Amino acid sequence: MVALSRQAAPTPTGAPAAENKLEVRDLTITYGKTPALSNVNLEVRANEIFGIIGPANSGKTSFLRVLNRMDTFTTGMKFSGTVYYEGKNLRSWRNLYALRRKIGVVFPLPVGLPLSVYDNVAMAPRLYGTQKKSELDELVERHLRRAALWDEVKDRLHALGSLLSGGQQQRLTIARALSQEPDLLLLDEFSIAVDPVTTMKIEDVLKELRQEMTIVLVTNLTQQARRLADRTAFFLSGQWVEVGDTEALFTGNVKDERTRSYLEGRFG
Amino acid sequence: MLTKLPFRRSTTGDQHRAHDALDWAWLTDKAVGVLVFVGGISAIIFILSVFTFITRQGIGFITDTMEVGEFLTSPAWRPTSDENPTYGAFALIVGTASVTGLAVLLAVPFSLGAAIFIAEFAKGRVRETLKILIEFLAAIPSVVWGFIGLSIMNPLIIELFDVPVGLNLLNAGIILGLMSAPIMTSIAEDALKAVPDSYREAAEAMGATRWQITWKVVLPAGRKGLLAAILLGVGRGFGETMAVLMASGHSINIPDSPFDSVRALTASIAAELGETAVGSDHYQALFTLGILLFIVTFVINLTADLVVNGIKKR
Repeated sequence: MVALSRQAAPTPTGAPAAENKLEVRDLTITYGKTPALSNVNLEVRANEIFGIIGPANSGKTSFLRVLNRMDTFTTGMKFSGTVYYEGKNLRSWRNLYALRRKIGVVFPLPVGLPLSVYDNVAMAPRLYGTQKKSELDELVERHLRRAALWDEVKDRLHALGSLLSGGQQQRLTIARALSQEPDLLLLDEFSIAVDPVTTMKIEDVLKELRQEMTIVLVTNLTQQARRLADRTAFFLSGQWVEVGDTEALFTGNVKDERTRSYLEGRFG
Repeated sequence: MLTKLPFRRSTTGDQHRAHDALDWAWLTDKAVGVLVFVGGISAIIFILSVFTFITRQGIGFITDTMEVGEFLTSPAWRPTSDENPTYGAFALIVGTASVTGLAVLLAVPFSLGAAIFIAEFAKGRVRETLKILIEFLAAIPSVVWGFIGLSIMNPLIIELFDVPVGLNLLNAGIILGLMSAPIMTSIAEDALKAVPDSYREAAEAMGATRWQITWKVVLPAGRKGLLAAILLGVGRGFGETMAVLMASGHSINIPDSPFDSVRALTASIAAELGETAVGSDHYQALFTLGILLFIVTFVINLTADLVVNGIKKR
């Protein structure tokens, strides 16, 4: 009863609600004196795919970088406002390494570390302390399967990851991100260097993964957002324009005319 | 249909000739090509001339007087003896090798540490300041280092270790280590900087700590460059003359402790060449030492080069 009533009670302003994976309040990002994104307010709910669309230079990538506190290693990058991750303010996080372990990132261009396929996927488990060969073997196979790559690479696990094709490398980086067992997966225009067939394969993987984790998907393909995202935010030149139910946005149910124009392909 | 190709050339002969004229851009390109070719080839000419020169000066000794076995294994370097001059370079080789070895042993941990700090840990101003200071260290003339060995290290070693002489293997090794560290640091830092930032980012996004990134990603990726840095440092140590001459004690010895004085190949040449008659056995023997140094340095540099080029081929 106590628990129930506590949940039902209205949350005070600014305090995070439990079902939200992320809450972003008044987030403004600057590089030196140049603003990259201003005054974003949105929530990402647990186990949803949250799409972020917008033309180039609209602040999408900068937004992702704040979510796992990668601002700390970008010279000059600063943010103000508050981001709550599972209800905890990101600024009050002391061990950022531990935070990042729970957040997987997939970059636009596949970054194959100069290691074998196996070692790429085994790296995160090793960093977190798994050393036993049998456990690692099992983890590597599981995550490669989850990334729909196992069948293509199972005979060349010890070849360099960089020898794979572009699409395979991108799935390798997804397998690597999954090997962190993340709660939150950040994808930054993952299909930019990937052929359409592989893109579809990865999209299927993402739909599966939604059962287990929350996904924030930055994409410049509006149709990809439509196919995958439950809700979508539209960023434009450093402005956060609106957030809404994806299907609603695409069926013209928008609050801002700029969103409509962008989705209809009239600019961007 | 196929006979009427739309892209068929319609220019007349004259127009064509004007279009094909040799203009300034073409001439400049040719001229620059010749100039840089001369520049490039001159390096080869110089190195061959140097080698020819020292070989011609030393060849008489190699063919007539020298016994290879004695030269390489006997520690008796007595070229000035009237009745029975002997030319055993073994002690000199050991001298050079031990000083260089000690120097590398001391310099490698410091310079790798410094390079890792500058490339991976330091930020902004600290990094820039350190880089400038290290370049500055590399530019200190070797005679100044020798002076430091003579006037600071010498009494320090005597006091600290309670030994009669402070000009010894330890002193020369430390001085040479201090001299080669900045060069190693600088090249090692370049090697680490050459590792793409995307690797660091990917690892950092995985939750790897700075040290984990350095140890698991950056060092393995840059290991060839680091090896080249160490080898170039070794080459520097091998060829160093003045500082070693001043700090090593310059006495012929097979050292059995770091507190023994030693004499280096380079230092022998520098100290003795001025006092020999041109063309004499002694004179030629010194050039033979030069040939030996030349070959060793050449091999070290070649190895470093092969190691670095290995990166590009992969």
